[in-house]
Amino acid sequence: MSNFNSLAYYWPELILTVTILVAVIADLCYRREQSINVAWWVLGGLALTLFAVRMGGSSVSPLFMGMVASDPFSDFFKVLILLSTALVILMSFNSNELKDYRVGEYFSILSILSFGLFLMVSAIDILMVYLAIEIVSIMSFFLAGYLKKNPHSNEASLKYVIYGAFSSGIMLYGLSILFGLTGTTKFFEMQNAISSLGSDSNLALILSVVFILVGFGYKISAVPFHFWTPDVYEGSPTTITAYLSVAPKAAGFALLIRFFNQVFGDGTAMTSESWMAVNNLPWPELMAVLAAATMTVGNLVAIQQNSVKRMLAYSSIAHAGYMMMALPLMSQSGVYGIMIYLVVYLFMNLGAFFVLIYVQSEVGGETFNDFDSLGWKMPFIGILMTLFMVSLTGLPPTAGFIGKFYIFASVIEAGSQYYWLAFVGALNSVVSLYYYIRVVKHMYLIGERSESIGLPSSNLVTLVLIVLAIPTFIFGWYFGPLTDWVNQSFVIYQGM
Amino acid sequence: MDSLNNYLFVSVILFSLGLFGVITRRNGVAVLMGVELILNAANLNFLAFARFGGMNMAGHVYALFVIVLAAAEAAVALAIIINIFNNYKTINIDEVSELKQ
Repeated sequence: MSNFNSLAYYWPELILTVTILVAVIADLCYRREQSINVAWWVLGGLALTLFAVRMGGSSVSPLFMGMVASDPFSDFFKVLILLSTALVILMSFNSNELKDYRVGEYFSILSILSFGLFLMVSAIDILMVYLAIEIVSIMSFFLAGYLKKNPHSNEASLKYVIYGAFSSGIMLYGLSILFGLTGTTKFFEMQNAISSLGSDSNLALILSVVFILVGFGYKISAVPFHFWTPDVYEGSPTTITAYLSVAPKAAGFALLIRFFNQVFGDGTAMTSESWMAVNNLPWPELMAVLAAATMTVGNLVAIQQNSVKRMLAYSSIAHAGYMMMALPLMSQSGVYGIMIYLVVYLFMNLGAFFVLIYVQSEVGGETFNDFDSLGWKMPFIGILMTLFMVSLTGLPPTAGFIGKFYIFASVIEAGSQYYWLAFVGALNSVVSLYYYIRVVKHMYLIGERSESIGLPSSNLVTLVLIVLAIPTFIFGWYFGPLTDWVNQSFVIYQGM
Repeated sequence: MDSLNNYLFVSVILFSLGLFGVITRRNGVAVLMGVELILNAANLNFLAFARFGGMNMAGHVYALFVIVLAAAEAAVALAIIINIFNNYKTINIDEVSELKQ
């Protein structure tokens, strides 16, 4: 579709762009103490964008001469991105860490970041892939180091920028090899070109698969490209840690699914039951090993942590591993499982991080000991944290169980060659029980019981936490709406 | 003399030097220079493939985008390194490690 005609399908991104500009200008008009008001402008813009995404209908077409695709699959991820951005902005009002800084820019950078994520979930051209990943990365570097006077935040952004630039450089080299082999930058033309290549170019293809996986793996923090994750997550402002662990990860999975289906798949539509790797490239086996390594490393290291923030960082690595399990299956139900898991993960992980932000501002720390007897002091926070922890473990009747159920069911369904993967996943879930329940143990069984009972001091916090807790609980036994939504979103642009 | 392989050879050397630089250098700015070498190696690949493959403009356009993004990334990275220097009085990335390893 030509550039001008594409604009009619591009309303969400256009509104988001206007939001960014408005946020930057509004920031100039506010004094330092009032710059938090920029958040309301951004929230309004995000609400309009969400409306535009939902109104967009289910058209499936390539936009801007085949640079990005407009399809329900990308709309699904756009909704997730908007939801997590809005929730993080709401929670930033209550953050202790941001109080000493001018925060207007913080909100405009968050909206630019969501724009980058929008591009990432709809890219169908490797130029767009690189551009989107760089927009997201550069904005994340800013946000990780937003606390300029805090050495930890500085260190987080330094590590992020070095790992980020390095891995996107490697990915770019892989993409250049792929470009040389196929002579095009469009996903579908690449797929056609690859399938007509002889087996003598397999070595170069495998090399480019590995290099590209470095870039994508870094975005979803898969082992062995995860080394930045714990330090960046620990040093960044906690609101940003929450955001980085949900939104870019969701977008990374969208990109991973699209790229590996459409470039390294055999040309069968993803909406069919299953597909094959093009030229029998061994990328599914590679991905299966990475998935097993990712969840094992994430869980085993999470056990040893004393800081809840760092524990949640490793736990987010482990969750990326669970989701990666479904990628090598190359089946419809695998992708389906990942999408359901991402929705569930958004609610429970943001919930856990938001409780942590609240505890940081009330108790003043983020170690396990700061959670001592919290369940008695603040019953509301205690109950919600227990819910989120149980859900992250994946026990019924919470939403985490439904997410894990769909992933494991798809792995078992794929046949006996992946039984070992399901076994590793199940073992890992058991291991994760230890450190999630440790939080609950600290809240209820360790420390003096106090008589005074505190309610959350801010209505906004209460509201946001309830908004996150309700789906975490309800989707555990009433998940019809969730599966319906994913079903409707399972329409992906398949080339013309 | 003027063949695709020569360009790819130079690009591989650049890539390896960049990789070596990133892994061995401890100075933050030197690490960034290593990353720039990797990006330029990829750029050289794109241009060489576009020139000798008789392909369309895609490779040239890609190279232009990479140059711009590399500059943006370097600007941000240097700003972060200046900030690190203000807080730590060093840009040796090994000494900047207060967070638990």
